[in-house]
Amino acid sequence: MAGLHKSEFTNPVINWIDTRMPVFTMIQKEYGVFPTPKNFNYFWNFGALAMVNLMLMIATGIFLAMNYTAHTGMAFDSVERIMRDVNYGWLLRYGHANGASMFFIVVYVHIFRGLYYGSYKAPRELLWMIGVVIFLLMMATAFMGYVLPWGQMSYWGATVITNLFSAIPVVGESVVTWLWGGFSVDNPTLNRFFSLHYLLPFVIVGVVFLHIVALHITGSGNPLGIEVKGPQDTLPFHPYYTIKDSVGICVYFIVFAVLVFFAPNYLGHPDNYIPGNPLVTPNHIVPEWYFLPFYAILRSVPSKLGGVMMMFGSIALMFVLPWLDTSPVRSARFRPIYRILIWVLVLAMITLGVCGARPPEGIWVVLARLATAYYFLHFLVLLPLLGKLERPLPLPESISRPVLGGGPLPGGAMAKPMEKA
Amino acid sequence: MADSMSAAAHPAPDGVTKRDFLKLVAGATAAVGTGAIIWPLVDSMNPAADVLALSSTEVDISKIPEGSAITAVWRGKPVFVRHRTAAEIKSAEDVQLSALIDPQPDSARVKPGETQWLVVIGICTHLGCVPLGNKPTDPRGEWGGWFCPCHGSQYDTSGRVRHGPAPANLPVPPYAFENPTKIKIG
Amino acid sequence: MMRTAHLFQARLFPFAAAAFAAALTLAAPARAEEGEISYPKQNWSFNGPFGTFDRASAQRGFQVYKDVCATCHSLQQMAYRALSGIGIEPSAIAAIAGSVSVPALTDDGQPTERPALPSDRFRSPFPNDRAARAANNGALPPDLSVIEKAREGGADYLFALLTGFRDPPPGFKLGDGMNYNTAFAGHQIGMPPPLHDEGVTYADGTKATVEQQARDVTTFLAFAANPEMESRKRIGVRVILFLVVLTGLTYAVKRKVWADVDH
Repeated sequence: MAGLHKSEFTNPVINWIDTRMPVFTMIQKEYGVFPTPKNFNYFWNFGALAMVNLMLMIATGIFLAMNYTAHTGMAFDSVERIMRDVNYGWLLRYGHANGASMFFIVVYVHIFRGLYYGSYKAPRELLWMIGVVIFLLMMATAFMGYVLPWGQMSYWGATVITNLFSAIPVVGESVVTWLWGGFSVDNPTLNRFFSLHYLLPFVIVGVVFLHIVALHITGSGNPLGIEVKGPQDTLPFHPYYTIKDSVGICVYFIVFAVLVFFAPNYLGHPDNYIPGNPLVTPNHIVPEWYFLPFYAILRSVPSKLGGVMMMFGSIALMFVLPWLDTSPVRSARFRPIYRILIWVLVLAMITLGVCGARPPEGIWVVLARLATAYYFLHFLVLLPLLGKLERPLPLPESISRPVLGGGPLPGGAMAKPMEKA
Repeated sequence: MADSMSAAAHPAPDGVTKRDFLKLVAGATAAVGTGAIIWPLVDSMNPAADVLALSSTEVDISKIPEGSAITAVWRGKPVFVRHRTAAEIKSAEDVQLSALIDPQPDSARVKPGETQWLVVIGICTHLGCVPLGNKPTDPRGEWGGWFCPCHGSQYDTSGRVRHGPAPANLPVPPYAFENPTKIKIG
Repeated sequence: MMRTAHLFQARLFPFAAAAFAAALTLAAPARAEEGEISYPKQNWSFNGPFGTFDRASAQRGFQVYKDVCATCHSLQQMAYRALSGIGIEPSAIAAIAGSVSVPALTDDGQPTERPALPSDRFRSPFPNDRAARAANNGALPPDLSVIEKAREGGADYLFALLTGFRDPPPGFKLGDGMNYNTAFAGHQIGMPPPLHDEGVTYADGTKATVEQQARDVTTFLAFAANPEMESRKRIGVRVILFLVVLTGLTYAVKRKVWADVDH
């Protein structure tokens, strides 16, 4: 039967609430004393950074929405009014626009961390898959947000991306018409994009909550990729990781501030300062930088349906990654071949990003195709084979005694750590 | 999140004082930073520059018949411009200040030499309704000024409250005569 | 022996950071590629983290806009009151606005005109885009409010464009009513050379060469596109100084907290 919670908090107010609704106990358990591997490196900051970033996006977004007008005739001007007349409006808008870029930087590093250290492997498959869902939601949110200022890139980005769905056999055209609410991207499209752009971040919050629930069931991975053996391997989350995350958050804010205050349009495209014009396509349309690799995959296939399927497929296969990678060893530190391949993958993604920003001609097409080929080869062929062929280095016995019997790292490496051991 | 570490000191066997002092300073700094993030958000809800710039309205008063008022709009608010009759001016001037809820002489509410013109913000000082009384056929209350239909407040021919629940007179906005037939409010 | 984690971290981070930096820098300027147009970097007063708008130049630039550009180009996002940002006094702004008529309605609803107020946005030369095209040989003179942000190369490009009118090289096929310009994509531009030596007379006695006018009006347009720039940079410097201090403090606390952990 239901019963009051027996709270251990001494503060009478907190105790009174906690007895009836043990949120403080929960916070204490999940963020206070939560046993966390003691060997995290700074890559483990990026989950907290993404959380901070999400909160900042929601906060700036809510206040921007108070001044934005979702109408094709007024959207561009309302954004300019935010920039010119609203108190700190420029800060809100530049913060929101660059915040989107920061969000993707943070999340890409977070994903890289997961790939490098094998965070997706059992028992964390569902945790990983929920993360992929968050990434998809982020992409949808970012895309729709980019449409709202109704510049040329907004308009044509919306046109091109919604037209992807016309590749669906038979019903494609109807789906696109339905997405548009008309026969071209127009006012109904802008209005629904605004509505969804406001809604999806809160859906993301919900899914992030699930991500954390799943995380706190399995516990965090760690750079060694071995399981926690006992209390000697862990530290309470607070204060050790609250303070370590805070260091990362400060550095993150410095990078963010440099962008917002000194290069607010560096990552944007000048054409989006031209009001959207349904009759003229810009000479060279590109998505925001964070979509470039996927855009390059789309363009590397000379078939409409094929390109669309490859692009969506490149993300969809992330869902089955835990089963594609057959190696029982998590961390790339103990996988000599995987450790090289993961950098080849990074190189392929950067190549795709660069190709996505160039016109689809000449060498860029060749490079994009090579990189696309490697991307799929990596996940669909190399990873399954590698688990069978690769000979991993000996794993340490535990986190607190990692290098028993010959360390996995070159003994002579002398790089001075930033902090004392 | 950045300042979450500021709370709850973790006692440790050594270095307690230095660590606590550091934590205090870092926590306080983080709190300042958090405030600096919140302020622009809050301030963005204050009137924007274009709203503040729309601070004046010109009103042509040549066509207002004696005994009537028109409603102009200034900063989104109704402003009553009333062309008072000699009798209305006299009743406004003759009243005993001690009889008023919010004592103020009529002379302080009109421009000298232009006492036939009364300019007031037409918003009841009780809860913000727009009182009736601009047209001679409107209900104007016992004191011949304005009558608020929401809760029955009554104003006299100088826009002063004479019967509650409103606590204060209708405020006079800043205005000036551009010429005898035109005023500029704001 | 807990050193391994740090070694690893120290080794991996530069890699990852370099990879991301490379991705960003490669992706961004990649866009500059199209066409073989060039716009040499100019030394603008508003460049750099501490740059501000040269007031005198921006004011002369406003005069160039008003006397030359405004014949065809609107500046519809900007209000007259915003001219205070380049140091024009309120009384002068009122006079500038007052000399312009903007559309209005009479009390009985008929269209009329009234003198503009500082709170009004800049009057556009044409009532709508169609009228603008009709008056300009079918080409639409773009609004200049954010032109500095709306063109690759920004101020450098605008300056190159305004000073880039030349006679076409032999053999170049120039369209009817078009003009040759070294900076414009395709080198054919509908706009005739707008600036001429002594085309305007500067009140402050500056010699109004084409280059001087181009420099001044570009400064003004950079201001029009980024009226917040000076306060943005000023706040930015403070924010970053603050964050550096906060990072140092936080890192110090972090070291203290972790001091007793063998990791």
